[in-house]
Amino acid sequence: MAFKVVKPGLSTTVQDLGRPGYFHLGIPEGGAMDRFALRVANMLVGNDEGAAGLEAVFMGPELTFDADTLVAVTGAEMPIFVDGEPREGWSAFVVKAGQTLRFGFLKAGARIYIAFGGGIATPLALGSRSTYPIGALGGIDGRAIAAGDVVPVGEATTMTERSLDRGLLAPVSVPVSLRVLTGLYWHRLTPACQARFFADEWVVAPEADRMGYRFRGGAPMEFVDREQPFGAGSDPSNIVDGCYSYGSIQVPGGQEPIVLHRDAVSGGGYFTLGAVISADMDLIGQLQPNTKVRFTEVTMEEALAARAARRDRLAKLRAALA
Amino acid sequence: MKTRYSFGGDEHVYVEIDEEMSLEAFFIALSLRNAVAEAEIPGVTEICPANASFEVRFDPDVIAPEEIMARIKELEHKAEVSDKRLETRIIEIPVYFQDPWTHETLMRFRERHQDPTGSDLDYAARINGYDSVEAFLEAFHSQPWFVSMVGFVAGLPFLYQLVEREKQIQVPKYLRPRTDTPKLSVGIGGCFACIYSVRGAGGYQLFGITPMPIYDPTQTVSYLKDFMVFFRPGDIVKWKPVDRAEYERIEAAVAAGTYTPRIAPVTFDLDAFNADIAGTNANLMEALNGI
Repeated sequence: MAFKVVKPGLSTTVQDLGRPGYFHLGIPEGGAMDRFALRVANMLVGNDEGAAGLEAVFMGPELTFDADTLVAVTGAEMPIFVDGEPREGWSAFVVKAGQTLRFGFLKAGARIYIAFGGGIATPLALGSRSTYPIGALGGIDGRAIAAGDVVPVGEATTMTERSLDRGLLAPVSVPVSLRVLTGLYWHRLTPACQARFFADEWVVAPEADRMGYRFRGGAPMEFVDREQPFGAGSDPSNIVDGCYSYGSIQVPGGQEPIVLHRDAVSGGGYFTLGAVISADMDLIGQLQPNTKVRFTEVTMEEALAARAARRDRLAKLRAALA
Repeated sequence: MKTRYSFGGDEHVYVEIDEEMSLEAFFIALSLRNAVAEAEIPGVTEICPANASFEVRFDPDVIAPEEIMARIKELEHKAEVSDKRLETRIIEIPVYFQDPWTHETLMRFRERHQDPTGSDLDYAARINGYDSVEAFLEAFHSQPWFVSMVGFVAGLPFLYQLVEREKQIQVPKYLRPRTDTPKLSVGIGGCFACIYSVRGAGGYQLFGITPMPIYDPTQTVSYLKDFMVFFRPGDIVKWKPVDRAEYERIEAAVAAGTYTPRIAPVTFDLDAFNADIAGTNANLMEALNGI
């Protein structure tokens, strides 16, 4: 069983829940930027939550199927058509052999997730099917899908169509608030600058991809004076190259914050001022350029409570779809 | 040295052994990292070592953040007294200095550089007080380098030169990073050299290229069949200047599957190194002659 790519969209990649364990060699975990959306798409079609699907940013692909396939689309809001007939997002529907799945223009969010009953069955690379284009790893030859690709799909366990109570999804407020735990090299910033970072309104810059999201519109950073440590480099935003973590916020040259995401670089020579909490990482994957964003300071207790709330929401969905 | 602990979000503990780079800080970070790994603390999912720091990733659903941090701190005393000795390997890496491909790239991004009128090499030689680029390159390749970190992107080594601090080459990174760097370029930024394992963005000063792949996701290169990443922290590198003919010969041998990197097992002992840098380096490089 397989589907064929008629049009690939802008940048559509095979993603699952990633390949943890190789970041110490510079190979990031990767996987779906909005893990919640991929998990739910897989639940809808009866897959393991970590099965591989497609992640398409801003524009959907056009796909034809060689066999009846149960499909679910979650994440961003984008009209869905099977041979021109509309279908609902956050639901599982059958695409019959020979039919074409395509998408309309993006209405809200940034990334859709397409799950296929049985899951995409491309070869595993370091334990995952996720595409890491920088390292030419995973997916289809380590790259985004292209017109003409034939993508294998595994054995489905069900062909039952169903939908989801959208009340179970998290509401998104505007301007979007990204919760941040300060730390790492936070002490490099002056108290006035620290306060301003949270007071300023930021917008998502065009340079926003799987590696990281850049923000602009806020004031440049002000650093506490010091003599730069040996080996760090002369700019006050430089440190002796250290590890970066998923969600960590760096500000090269003190100008524009970058939140590292699933395909993060694993280290480098810029200071980091803290990190977006794990519960808000999915949200970043749905931000379009020019979206207004505020960073909100939280405590570890609040971060863990948000994490628990996210876990509970997934548990409710699991129960609803069981 | 004052070890500093911080949380990086709700899933990471960041441990900075020292703000400045030194082999002492590297070895303490390595020992503490090893102690954390050996402790097999439940909930620890990965440990990433860096030059003078490391980061522990944990699952806060399994272990509370305060508890994991306390467990790491308890191990600090062990790291401080452990041996600063490493069973490792020295590898000869051929480099074609002043090659046409990195030169084309660095000229293309000239407006992002501190000195738009010259080349990266002219600039690096001048600000480090060398009379000629030849003298600078001699200093760069005549003494070995130590892989103090692997990362940034897939399998990229950061290297720290095994010389007295006053002899360390230091250069700033580009004012604004390039959006392109040829695969396998050799560069330097701060006090660290690197080999760009893949093509992509980069901010280091460029002046050469190696024909020897160090990352191969297809695992077809003969010496990368077992694992796609070549370098490990603690590896020691001796650069070997090659001309274009030799570069092309090695490139062809790699493609034919007949190239074998020159590698010798060595022991690196930090105290012995500090007591006699020239002698230690001579011994390290001597090991390559025996193969």
